[in-house]
Amino acid sequence: MSLEGRAVVIRQDDVDTDVLYPGAYLNVTDVAQMTQHLFEGLDPSLRDQLGGDTALVVGANFGAGSSREHVPQAMAASGIRFLVGRSFARIFYRNCINLGLPVVMSPEAVEAASPGSTISLDLEAGIVTVDGRPFRINPVPAFLRELFVAGGLVPWLRARLDRSATVVEIGGSEE
Amino acid sequence: MPHTLAEKILLAHTDEDEVAPGDIVMVRCDVVMTNDISGPMAFRAMEQMGATKVFDPAKVVVVPDHFVPAKDTRSAELQKLLRDWSAAQGVAYYEQGRGGIEHTVLVEEGWVVPGSVIAGGDSHTCTYGALGAFGTGLGSTDIAACLASGTFWQAVPGTILVEFTGEKGRFVTGKDLILAVIAEIGVAGGTNMALEFVGDGAEALSIDERLAVANMAVEAGSETGFFPADATVAAYLDGRTERPWTAERSDPDADFAATVRIDLDALPPLVALPHSPGNVVPLAEAVGRKVDQVYIGNCSNGTMTDLRQAAEMLRGRKIHPRVRAIIVPASQRVYREALAEGLLDLFVEAGAMVSTPTCGACFGGSGGVLAPGENAITTTNRNFRGRMGSSEAGVHLANAWVAAAAAVAGEIVDPAEIAGAT
Ligand code: SF4
Repeated sequence: MSLEGRAVVIRQDDVDTDVLYPGAYLNVTDVAQMTQHLFEGLDPSLRDQLGGDTALVVGANFGAGSSREHVPQAMAASGIRFLVGRSFARIFYRNCINLGLPVVMSPEAVEAASPGSTISLDLEAGIVTVDGRPFRINPVPAFLRELFVAGGLVPWLRARLDRSATVVEIGGSEE
Repeated sequence: MPHTLAEKILLAHTDEDEVAPGDIVMVRCDVVMTNDISGPMAFRAMEQMGATKVFDPAKVVVVPDHFVPAKDTRSAELQKLLRDWSAAQGVAYYEQGRGGIEHTVLVEEGWVVPGSVIAGGDSHTCTYGALGAFGTGLGSTDIAACLASGTFWQAVPGTILVEFTGEKGRFVTGKDLILAVIAEIGVAGGTNMALEFVGDGAEALSIDERLAVANMAVEAGSETGFFPADATVAAYLDGRTERPWTAERSDPDADFAATVRIDLDALPPLVALPHSPGNVVPLAEAVGRKVDQVYIGNCSNGTMTDLRQAAEMLRGRKIHPRVRAIIVPASQRVYREALAEGLLDLFVEAGAMVSTPTCGACFGGSGGVLAPGENAITTTNRNFRGRMGSSEAGVHLANAWVAAAAAVAGEIVDPAEIAGAT
């Protein structure tokens, strides 16, 4: 699975989900409407930089705080195809994976990227390339790759519930 | 093989024979909780998974608490959806006026027992660690999977042992203990970790104070945080629940990722300055900062213990003329108990505004959001930029003594000064 995108860069560390999507809009359930409030507490002008092929490059502990899934849902709907960061906060990281939005860690790649850089991600090879320079990403566990390939937790689980499995197993019957 | 408490709990909830930190396992939930924010999105994802019924209606609990009471039609629609869905699925539902803030409700109503696994559609689900449960906060798609299958995926966390020793001072509370931990390890220091709170200082804490400590484990980036169950927990659960449980703790020779020691004898009240729960200073360094609003409430510090502390500061005194004080009991039970004790009357007499239980302004929803340029001191758990309203406002996190003292003084002050001033 190989993806390519143009970099939009948020360099600060510890960016929380409250600034990424303020609490006042948590009663929005329409994803198109959510995209109108993405980055609102951080820098709303970042929204204008998002295209259909964005690679979001971020600092350390990105997505700290609230479990609000509005953030990665709005990101995916705004054309962010994957994220490369120094590190991610736990629930945000889970939410991205569950939505089939690849999130990988490579501090070196973050260092090398600047706004507009061309970034490509090869999950199988474990490589992210920034303007032609390859960097190794932190290993992604097999199960998380399985989720990315399935397109997220919804299709992954639907396939298992379809087979009316009573016990959900990682790897399922493919193994 | 020796195990940490986190490993023991997860082992008991998977089909694996052995677990080690970093392993990804499917974990069975004893309870799945959701609210008016994560619920509607989770129900949609559950439908997309092709599931029409929850895995076990007896293990699902729904608590509307965020935009409660409904502040606009959109919020009302979400709450209606929640109510209708809960009725159709036959799951427990705590209607407004009969519940309160989700985490307080689940603890009070006996849903939480030691050693259980609770998946909640809210990051502060780690609060259940106060009773020795593995409570973990998840997003809506994860919650959908829990509702549909009763399981979620989880990387087995390492454990940071947090040892509280000694005796805390009069105006030091659970809030200060966890702020000290966050100051020590940082807002990402608990990433991929569970925090386990031990030591004589931990054992001496009441359930209310343990709730405050466990609640903010997520503010250190942790997967969860818990106290091993003891006699205090057993006494609290007596008559409250019929769920079976056993007290477990980490094996002494288990492999801990790190140990953090906090000496309570030397710990002053602490304040987290804007705009991070990790921006912690001793109270003395925050003294003199003017405040416009004081907010006492939330799932960490809206308990009877907190309200009694606030009442001691406000008894026979007045809220500073320049200040608004908003007091929000965390649940209907707390509300009624405070009413019976005369605390609510005392607060109103002092010039405070008393709200019914709600998340309200804690997350900037409604009922006390801040204007640009304003400063607040609150007993809540997050002071991120814009968390409580304007991104040009500043929020200070502190315990209820310190927050209530500031309400009287109009600025951050040592509660000892207010107590001594009569
Ligand atoms: S009181 Fe605040 S922190 Fe607690 S659940 Fe409600 S919004 Fe979240």
